[in-house]
Amino acid sequence: MSAAKAAKPSRRISRPAPELIFGDFWTFDPSPETADPKLKARYDLFIGGNFIAPAAGGYFASINPANEQRLTEIALGDATDVTAAYAAAAKAFPAWSRLPGAERGKYLFRIARLLQDRAREFAVAETLDGGKPIKESRDFDIPMSAAHFFYYAGWADKLAHAFPGAREVNPHGVVGQVIPWNFPLLMLAWKLAPALATGNTVVLKPAETTSITALKLAEILQEAELPPGVVNIVTGAGETGAAVVAHPGAAKIAFTGSTEVGRRIMRATAGTGRKLTLELGGKAANIVFDDAPLDQAVEGIVNGIFFNQGHVCCAGSRLLVQESVAEAVIAKLKNRMRVLRVGDPMDKNTDIGAINSREQLDRIQRLVATGSKEGAKLYQPACKLPPKGYYFPPTLFTGVHQSHRIAREEIFGPVLSILTFRTVEEAVEKANNTAYGLSAGVWTEKGSRILKMSTELKAGVVWANTYNKFDPASPFGGYKESGFGREGGRHGLADYVTTD
Amino acid sequence: MSVATSPSFRRLLNEIGAVDSVGIEERVAKYGTRSLKKASKVFGLKLAVSMVDLTTLEGKDTPGKVAALCAKAQLPHEQSSSQANDYPTVAAVCVYPAMVRHARKALGGQSPVKIASVATAFPSGQTPLATRLAEVKAAVADGADEIDMVINRGAFLAGEFSRVQDEIAAVLAACGKSALKVIFETSELETYDNIRTASFLAMRVLREGDFIKTSTGKTSSNATLGNNQVMIDSIRDFYLETGIAIGMKPAGGIRTAKQALTFLVAVKETLGDAWLTNRRYRFGASSLLNDLLRQLEKEKSGAYQAPYHFSEATESY
Repeated sequence: MSAAKAAKPSRRISRPAPELIFGDFWTFDPSPETADPKLKARYDLFIGGNFIAPAAGGYFASINPANEQRLTEIALGDATDVTAAYAAAAKAFPAWSRLPGAERGKYLFRIARLLQDRAREFAVAETLDGGKPIKESRDFDIPMSAAHFFYYAGWADKLAHAFPGAREVNPHGVVGQVIPWNFPLLMLAWKLAPALATGNTVVLKPAETTSITALKLAEILQEAELPPGVVNIVTGAGETGAAVVAHPGAAKIAFTGSTEVGRRIMRATAGTGRKLTLELGGKAANIVFDDAPLDQAVEGIVNGIFFNQGHVCCAGSRLLVQESVAEAVIAKLKNRMRVLRVGDPMDKNTDIGAINSREQLDRIQRLVATGSKEGAKLYQPACKLPPKGYYFPPTLFTGVHQSHRIAREEIFGPVLSILTFRTVEEAVEKANNTAYGLSAGVWTEKGSRILKMSTELKAGVVWANTYNKFDPASPFGGYKESGFGREGGRHGLADYVTTD
Repeated sequence: MSVATSPSFRRLLNEIGAVDSVGIEERVAKYGTRSLKKASKVFGLKLAVSMVDLTTLEGKDTPGKVAALCAKAQLPHEQSSSQANDYPTVAAVCVYPAMVRHARKALGGQSPVKIASVATAFPSGQTPLATRLAEVKAAVADGADEIDMVINRGAFLAGEFSRVQDEIAAVLAACGKSALKVIFETSELETYDNIRTASFLAMRVLREGDFIKTSTGKTSSNATLGNNQVMIDSIRDFYLETGIAIGMKPAGGIRTAKQALTFLVAVKETLGDAWLTNRRYRFGASSLLNDLLRQLEKEKSGAYQAPYHFSEATESY
């Protein structure tokens, strides 16, 4: 007793380290979005302006990743259906491409407006189908999709001004487009809008796990009275996509997805004379300098990696933080992660929803296990995950080094790898030491450093003091194994035309 | 030399870190998308009622007006006898120093409602320090539990940080046991960097249980979610560094229940549960109270009641 008394430290030292309490003093009741997504019991292929059954008669179930329940069934298209779609697109091409640009623009404006009219319904459908939080589909995916149609509608009659000096601006013909599952409707809009504005016709293949909003958009195309065959949608899995890519009727292929599939597509199209654009994976460096506004940088880091459960090709999945502020940034980041709400994507308060598929969840779990095994230190805030459905808590790894697999491979999930650096040169070197080159972020109060970094970083997009900002007017695309070609802006038109 | 280029400002800002205005406004916009339903809404509304510093700061204030304000503070809404009165009292009444003794008379010695008084030549603070200190002492002597002081913005903008801080310390000494709330008048400091700097200047001399406060309510722009966020970020950083928990009071411009709930969401997600109490968070407001009550009654009955169902004891601010 007396020893304890003697050793009694001063009052201030005896205090436990100050901690914030993010408990259940004030909990939020569930606040589910209740709009009707108006799903059909079965979705057919959309070819030549009509919904038609697949030739082989196969369908596959579309699952809600939030609860593993079946939503509807989707036609499984095969090579025969793909050929029919290309035939319809080829038939529609001459009239569509000769239509005055202003007329094509009218159709695009109509599509954009109809999409806005049904925004809530589409947001709910997108969330049910893909697992993303309703606030993101409501505030980002759907409005941004409409914005892309509006934007390219405006270009349709101004193509001569988009390419100064060109005597002729001509569409390619029939374009085959294969889109990913992370932003189903938005990626469709990125591809469809410029292709149609420039006078191409399209065969589009949505991702297997997220076909619903593409097929709902087909309803809008009918309502907009878009000429039959201008847009054809063939649903299915990898084989269907391969058939779309390999079809001789395609004048150009546009693909967004994994680098692995991108490689296969490049092989398949090599020597065929088909034009190709690829928007592939990324392992973006989000670089925080010691003079950065730290709380806002933390917000940008969270937005960079946890937006859409990290299913973002340009996600800021590698955090490079200057050693002198690393401890402070990580402490702030951990506290911020404690108030992220993980759970039912339909709840308006959910920040992180469901992982898109069982397959993707497995991949994330596998890579996270590798991260721990290779010696990086894992942190996950305490959070209750729903009992059913595919969920993964927000995760960060500290003590990550360039040689670790989690610093090199795209995880495509809510997992952040944190590395440190000492000097500007080291930051640039580490940031560029990757096979990818899609995006990067720079956080500093110093304007000259932003300019220097944006010149030296080999990335298609460099965000300064912000992250994951998109605009239809801004081109997007990669370097190195992140692909080639640009989508968005005036640049996005260039890949859909030949100029003379 | 403007404050932004003064060496003392740069030194302090380097130490505490700058604020990016675009980023902070993006952050606070997210609080507004939180959707509060049913029990969580009622809980938040009642919490907000308990945090109101019910305020009257008019040249025409009279003992009678102050007495009415005190009555409203203690019994925000008279309910029919069949219902239990389950609304909390507000946290405090906030009056000019000359009204403190009238407020004390109206509330008596045992009331849970505190008396706050805006001393130090509110709202401009443009009198000699001795005058300001005398005012604080008089208010405390008359029974003020809390003193709301204004900082010397003139000195702050001239880069005289030590003077600003020394004056806060002097007022604090004059407060004795009364709690101190330090008003920055954020609209006159203009930048988020300045607001963060002022927060640290003040917190470094304050005691646990004292507050920092956005504004007087007497200028064109008052409490905003952005200002609130810069200040609660500062409070959090200071707490994690020192263990000293400083309170926060946004004042002026918060008129609707929806606004108040959004501010509370910001507190919940930045400072956590320990600040969801009127010992650490207050709303300087008057018309807010009746909107909170109106929403609470609506949650009970399912219908909005006419404004005249709610007693009126305040105006403006």
